[in-house]
Parts: sequence; structure tokens; C-alpha cells
Amino acid sequence: SNPFEVKVNRQKFDILGRKTKNDVGLPGVSRSKAIKKRNQTLLKEYKEREKTNVFKDKRFGEYNTKITSEEKMIRRFALERQQNYGKKNIYNLNEDEELTHYGQSLAEIEKLNDIVDSDSDTEERGTLSAELTAAHFGGGGGLLRKKVSTEQQDEEEVKPKSRKELIEEMIAKSKQEKQERQTRRESALELTEKLDKDWKEIQTLIARKTPKSERKEKEVEKPKPDEYDMIVRELGFEMKAKPSERLKTEEELAKEEQARLQKLEADRLRRMRGVDEEANKKRPSHMSADDLADGFILDKDDRRLLSYKEGEEEEEEEGEEEEEEEGEEEDNENEGESQEESASENEEDDAADSHSDLESDLESEEEAAGNKEEKKHKANENESQNVEKLDPKREAAKSELPYTFSVPESYETFKSLLAGRTIEQQLIILERIQKCNHPSLAVGNKAKLEKLFGFLLEYIGELATLDLPELRTIDKLVLPLYNLCQMFPETASDSIKFILRDAAHDLEEVIEAKGRAIFPGLDTLIYLKIVSLLFPTSDFWHPVVTPAFMYMSQLLTKCRITTLQDVIKGLFICCLFLEYVSLSRRFVPELINFLLGVLHISLPKNQAQGYTVVHPFTPVGKNLELLLVCDKEDLKSWEKQNVPLSIVTRLKDTSRTEINHTRLSCLALCFDLIKKCAALYESLPSFHEIMHPVRILLTQHVPVNDYPEKMQEWYHGALKELENKVKHYTPLICEKKKPVPLKQYTPKIVKVLEFGRKQAGSKKEQERKQLIHRHKRELKGAIREIRKDNQYLARMQLSEIMERDSARKRKVKELLGSLATQEGEWKAMKRKKWKN
Amino acid sequence: QLPTGLYKKILVILHDSVLPYMNEPTLMMDFLTVAYGIGGAISLLALNGLFILIHQHNLEYPDFYKKLYSLLDPSIYHVKYRARFFHLTDLFLSSSHLPAYLVAAFIKRLSRLALTAPPEALLMIIPFICNLFRRHPACRVLVHRPGGPADMSEDPYVMEEEEPSKSRALESSLWEIQSLQNHYHPDVAKAAAVLNQSLSEMEDDISGLLELSAYELFDKEVKKKAVDVPLEFEQVRGLFGKKNDIFAEHFSLD
Repeated sequence: SNPFEVKVNRQKFDILGRKTKNDVGLPGVSRSKAIKKRNQTLLKEYKEREKTNVFKDKRFGEYNTKITSEEKMIRRFALERQQNYGKKNIYNLNEDEELTHYGQSLAEIEKLNDIVDSDSDTEERGTLSAELTAAHFGGGGGLLRKKVSTEQQDEEEVKPKSRKELIEEMIAKSKQEKQERQTRRESALELTEKLDKDWKEIQTLIARKTPKSERKEKEVEKPKPDEYDMIVRELGFEMKAKPSERLKTEEELAKEEQARLQKLEADRLRRMRGVDEEANKKRPSHMSADDLADGFILDKDDRRLLSYKEGEEEEEEEGEEEEEEEGEEEDNENEGESQEESASENEEDDAADSHSDLESDLESEEEAAGNKEEKKHKANENESQNVEKLDPKREAAKSELPYTFSVPESYETFKSLLAGRTIEQQLIILERIQKCNHPSLAVGNKAKLEKLFGFLLEYIGELATLDLPELRTIDKLVLPLYNLCQMFPETASDSIKFILRDAAHDLEEVIEAKGRAIFPGLDTLIYLKIVSLLFPTSDFWHPVVTPAFMYMSQLLTKCRITTLQDVIKGLFICCLFLEYVSLSRRFVPELINFLLGVLHISLPKNQAQGYTVVHPFTPVGKNLELLLVCDKEDLKSWEKQNVPLSIVTRLKDTSRTEINHTRLSCLALCFDLIKKCAALYESLPSFHEIMHPVRILLTQHVPVNDYPEKMQEWYHGALKELENKVKHYTPLICEKKKPVPLKQYTPKIVKVLEFGRKQAGSKKEQERKQLIHRHKRELKGAIREIRKDNQYLARMQLSEIMERDSARKRKVKELLGSLATQEGEWKAMKRKKWKN
Repeated sequence: QLPTGLYKKILVILHDSVLPYMNEPTLMMDFLTVAYGIGGAISLLALNGLFILIHQHNLEYPDFYKKLYSLLDPSIYHVKYRARFFHLTDLFLSSSHLPAYLVAAFIKRLSRLALTAPPEALLMIIPFICNLFRRHPACRVLVHRPGGPADMSEDPYVMEEEEPSKSRALESSLWEIQSLQNHYHPDVAKAAAVLNQSLSEMEDDISGLLELSAYELFDKEVKKKAVDVPLEFEQVRGLFGKKNDIFAEHFSLD
């Protein structure tokens, strides 16, 4: 635009990030725009200010929204007709006549009743009769010619007709023709209708009576699905080759597995350290300016364990795979069934056969579509049907197991389900229960399977408490237990915690009542072992494992050792402890104490020198020499053998020799445990102090030379592990203290969203302020507009007045001028008169 | 002279049911001294009465701390009167006028014995030791010895020495507590790790920890709500089916 019209608002300071809207303006343009707008609106209003006539809309229901437009039109039309009724319009020639087209009233045609016109009709419709066309388009010449010809034919008989007559005749003729055509068609319609009716009647009779062979021929005539067509459709429905992951080679699989294990192991290590995790989690908590920095913080223990999702996912995958396999199996069954079906159907007639063919086609299509889920459902249904169908057979062969199991509701039903089965069968039953009630199949299955875990656990406990504990069964049952645990970690941990709590509660009660406790049964020991199978025992803190640790520690410190079974149980728990800490290498004082005590009771009395045994062992008292074997014969004949766990529940009334052998086995076990402990704890800074009493006992008190050779091997193994550790001490140094930064008031940081806007206050307050601000601005604008309007009006009025005034002046001038000329003329006349 | 049971019964109630009502509590002096000399649990119990006599009746007891020192043996963490004993020990060692060697010897001996202690006792004794460090800053060399020899082949502390001054405790370091940082109980490990850092000024309140029982600890752990339960990823192959299973070596499933 014209640079002279631009007005520039110069900024005093440039501010970074500020957006300026009003740095340039075009005053001329905007003013002319405003004036134009006012000319269109305000001026119009001003000019019409004293006009009072109004425009009235009298159309019917124009502003009534309740009436639909259609109804409105109808009413209007009715009104119009009412108004016109009775008035004869001279131009309206045949109002009452019915309008027709080809002899049919137009109104009827509009009703659109579909009359089937025959082909000839349509042909006829298109062509007008030659006579008519000649009459219409021939310009009358045709008629004249015809007239000539007719005149030539019967000149004498017929007197020449006038033009009017001729036309009338023609009209009458055409009307007659039309009439005839109509009647013809009507009769034809009637006839076809009659024929239809008759045919229907006959058809029913035919349908019943035609022999099959005829019909078959008929059907054969029908276009049979072509082979090519079928193939094309099949191809169309065939599952599109999805881009799947390529099959992995064994190497890759192995590598993947390795990577997964490494990841899990890393996870485990992190949990084991526990401290790092805590440090990661710890956020710099807010400290007030009043904090005295005296370390007095009320801190809560809010540690959380890291999640362990991978395993679960994997488990799910596995589950899916299993399902797939299952699905395949069932598919196979399904196929077999369908074959059976088709076989049976072969006996039926051909028509039915073709029907079944179609069905199988459908099936194949379905299979091709690969709709797995549907298939599965179907398969399941089929399976259940199968089971129902084959039930009688099953009864005959009862030894076979049913394929579906519902999850037992109570422990009793669960037990009865497994009762009397072999181990393999029990395993299969459990597996099938799990498969049939996989959580992905139905909603309630998760809760059911969760219950199953509890039942299984209880069952294992019961097996262990039997007189003759079925440990082999338990050994196998651990597998489904592990699988269930992987599916439902929370429930599993809850139920095991519940068992542990019960056991600990019992123990506490016994201690309170008698002052000392006895070792629990084999079931509890098995449970503790299962804990180590199901959960990672190396975690710094674990919801199940840590309580288990506590419980075992209580067992080792509180329970009185009175019999050989107690010793075995104690050693079992020692093994558990060692297994629990085998990866984390955590220090268990109770373990060393107990092993020391076991060694102590294997010695003859009155030798407690240089070391002290602690609770539950006593340096003097009754239950000493439990493991002492004096019989030379027994010593000689001893062979190291595994201690059968059933001994824990009932010590067979066996010979002294066997008891002595068991004692020696225990002692060997004890030596081995000491050796393992020494290997485990060698990195501890005070390893020698910890092992000091054990070493003294081993070196000074154990009668090595009396032992058989095998035992001496065990003994030397342990001692060697203890002795060949280097003594190594480095003075402790505290971690360097981080310099504590000076307390400062942290600056308040406010997000600046828009410059020049007030940011203080809450959001609500800000909104309010913004509203007020906007209102103010609008008000100002409105006032300015009104002021400008007034100015404009005033200007208009002024120009009007000026115009009026100038007109008046002009008129006055004219008048005065004319008067002056009149006067002049009059004076001139007068002067003339005077002259004359 | 008296049977042990009777001794115990008398000594348990002596300090609050008998001594305050006696006109001449000092008459009990000989009885208590003898009881204190017997050793074991009776000595621990006699300590309470003796303390009242020393504290309120100006009893001069020679080598009191030496005797107290010799009372410390592995059983103190296991006996029933543990809370009472440590309450008194805390009281005796609260004086800031005690020589550093004595306190260091106590610290060293207590921590050495802690290597055989159950977790409930450990949870009590570690804050106890921390408090001793706070009261006697001279003993901090036990946990912080920047200019010491780089490597030692032997712990200088002599456990068997009866005399605290000759135990060379001040030349040693608290490796026992460092070992306990690897304790299986997470709380114990955390408590022991506190000594790695420099201690805060405030003393820990151990009165609540004195009576701690194993069952309480267990209960606390069981009631903790876990957000997530980590699982073992190694596939189970049977009850004793782990790699290098100790059980498979020594036990059979028969």
C-alpha cells in the first residue's frame, strides 16, 4: 500500500519473545472502512427514522414452527382453493375435465400401479399413427391430399366436408382406436392373471408328484458350481500369507534363551543387592528451611520390589502354545469325527450327500480362514459332545481318564479326584484341569485355578504327613505347583504365607506354653523346600522368602534337640538355609551355631573347652552324645548313604547298627555342610572369627582316628576348606561424607506462558482476572464505537442542515432575483409610461 | 549356698520389691556380690540390685566394669533376661567419663558375640553399638581409620583377654559389623550398613528394641504388603531337582 498511509508505532525497546500486534497501522484505510460500514447501517437507520409503515407477512403459518412444511403447503393450497372456489375464471376452459394420457387419467398414472406393458405396447407408444402425424405435422397438406383422394374415390356420394368436419372425424377416429387398444390390453391382463392362477394350482400338484429322477435331471441342468469357480473362491477365502517371523535356527533359539536367562539373572542380582534399588528409588525429599540437619527424619519403609513381568509374559506365551497344541489335537479329533459323519452319511441318498458336500466345503473354507478362536470353541463343543457321546464307552473302560475336568470346589472333591490314581494319572488330571480352565477361556477360571493352588499345597502337606510319606508323588506334584505359581504369583505367595504364619503361630504357642519348642512335621519342611523352588531366595527382601527365613531361624534357635529325628530335621533346615543363601551368600549365624552344636553332641561328654555352644544346645545336660557312636563294628561297617526322609516321621525299630549308621551319615552331612559354609562365607571379613569355634572343635576335640576312612575324608574336606583361607584384614574406613550444601530458599519458579500477562494467583483467580480484563477492554471499545457513531451522525446532520440552508439561500436568492427583475421591469414600464 | 532356681526367683524381684522397702539396703551387699560372682544368668540378675546399691547407696565396687566385661559371653543374646541386661548395660555405659579403651573393648566384644546372635538380638545390638559410638567419639577409630596399615594378617583384638585395657580393642576395626552387612535379614543388613556412613548426631532409642521377639519380627514380615511377587525363573524338575542340590547329595525321597 501507499507508504504515506502507513503509520508506524515505534518501540522504545526491543524485547525478545514479545509479539507485537500494533507496530504498524493504516489509519486511512481503516477509517474509510468504518465510514463505509456506517453508511450501510447507521445511515440507513437514520434515514428511516421517522418512517412508521411496516411490512406484514400474512402467509399462512410462515412463522409457526409447529407445523411441518408439508402440512403448511397443504393448508396453503386448501386456502387458495377456498378463495378461488366459486369464482369462474374465463380463461380456465375445462377445469372439471379429467386430464388423460393415452386414454388413462393422469391421476391414475401418478398412483404408479405397475401395469406390465407388453413389448408391442411400448412399440406402439413410441409411434403415432401416420394419420395423426400427418394431421399434426403435415401442416394440413396431408389432410387436403387425403381429401383429394377421398374425393376422387367417392366424389358423388359424399359431399365435400368442411375442414372442421374433417378434424372432428379424425378426433373421433383416434378416440375409438384408443378405446379399442385399452380394452384389448385389459383382456390380455385378465388372461395372464388367470393363467398365473391356474399354473399355481397345477404347480403344487406337480411338485408332489414328479418322481425324483426327473427332478434330479432338472437340477443337473442347473449350472453346477464349476470346478474352476470353486477353486477361485477357495483361493479368495484362503488365508493371506501373513508376514510371519521366520523360523529360527537352533542356534538363534539358544542365543535368545541365553539372553533371556541373562536378563533374568541380572534382575535377580539387582533384587539381591536390594540397596541399589533403594537408592534409585530414593528421591531427594523436600527439606524445609527449618530442618536442623540432625538426621532426625521420620522415614517410612516404602521399599518396593521390582516387578518381574517378563516371566509372566513368557508364561502366557507358553500357555498359548499349549493351547495351540491342544487346539491342533482337538482339530484332529474333529476331523476324525467329520470323517465318521461323512461315512455314515454315505449311506443316505445322493441329495443329502451333495448337501454334506456343501457343508464340508464350508468347513474347509472356515479352516482356510484360520479363525482360530471360533474353531477352538467349536472344537471344545465337539469335545464335550464327544465326551457325552462316548460316556458309555468310557464306563466300560474306566481306567481311561476323562478329557475335561472342572476345577473342584472344595478340598474334599479335589482329594477324591486324585485318590486312587497313579502319579502319572494325577499329573495328567492336574494338567487337564489347568488346560480346560485356562483363564483366557472363561471369566471365572482365574479364581478357580487360584483355589487349585491352595488345594494342591494342602494335598502335598497331607501326603507328607502320612505314616509313609509319599515323597515320590510330591516330587512330581511340584511341577504343576510351579506352573500354577507362575500363573498366579500373588495367590501363591498369599497361600504359602498363610501356611508359614500358621506354622509360626503354632510354634509360638508351644513356646509360650512349655517354654521350649519341638521341631515341626515333615510337611512344614517340605513347604519350606517348595518355597525355595517357587521363589527366588536371593532377593534382599521377598514377601515369602523373608518370613520363611525368619521361621527357619526360629526353628534352629528355639527347638529342643532330644532325638535323632530332631537332629535330622535340624540338618534338613541347615541344608535349606544353605540353599536359600547359596546365591546371595548371606550370613546366617544360626546355621553355624547349629552345626557347631551338632558336632558338639557327637563328642563324648566333658570336653567343652575353648568354644561355647549356644541355645538350643547346652554344654552340659541330658541330650548330649546323641550322635556319639562307640561301637567299633558299626564304625567299620558304615557306608555313606543318603538319609531317607521318611525316617523323620517314624524311626523304624531297627537295629542299633542301623541307627548308628544313620548317626554317622548325619555327622558326614554335618562335615559337608561345614565345608560348604566355609566356601560360602570365605569372603566375609570376619570369616575366621565366625568359624573359630568350629575350627577349635574340629582340630582339638573330634576323635578323627576313631572314624572310618570315609568319614575321615569328609572330615578332612571340611577342615581343609576351613584352614586354607588367608587371614586378611583391612581397617575400616567410613564412606566419605558428602558435603552438605547450605540451606537456601529455593527460588520460586513459575511457568511463563505469555509475556505481559499477570501470572500470580491460582488458576481460578487468574481466570477471573482475565475476564475482568476482557470486560474492561470490551467496554472501552464499545464506548469508542458509540462515540464514533455519534460523531458520524452529527456529521450527517450537519451536512443535512448545510444542504438545507444552502438550498434555502439559493431559493431566497432566486426569489429575490426574480422580485428584483420584476421590480426592475415594473420600474421600467413606469419610466416608459412617464416618458410617454 | 542357695539352689539356682531360688537365686533366680529372688534376684528377679529383688530390685523393685525388696530393696526399696529395706531400712538398710546395704545389708544386701554381700549377698549380691556373691551372686554376681557366680556367673551366668544369676550374675546378670544380680546386676540390677548391685546397680541400685552403687547408684543410691554409695557402694564402691572394685573392677565393676571388668566384671561386667567378663559377663559377656555368647549366651547373653539367647537368654531370657536379655532385655533387662542390655537395659542396665546401656545405663552403665552411658557415662561419658569412661575411658575410650574400655568402651572400645565393650564394643568389640559385643560385636564379636553378635556373630552368633539371632536377628532379633542383632536388631537391638547394632543401634546399641551406634549409640556407644555417639557417646564416645574417641572410639570411632573402630569404624574409621584412615591412616592405618593397609593390610593386617590378624585381628589385634584379643577375645580371650579378661582385662579390657589389655584387649587392644582400639587397634582393631569392627569387621564383625561389616560381616553382618551380609546378614540374611534385610533389616539387620540395613542397620549394619549404617556404620558405613558417618553417624548422625541423635542417639537411637533402643528401649523399644530391647523386648523384640522373633515372633514379632516374623509377624511384621508376614504382614508387609507386597506389590509384586518375583518368581523363580529356573524350571522345576522335582523336589530335589535343582542344580547342585545339597539335598540330593544327602537325603533320599524314600
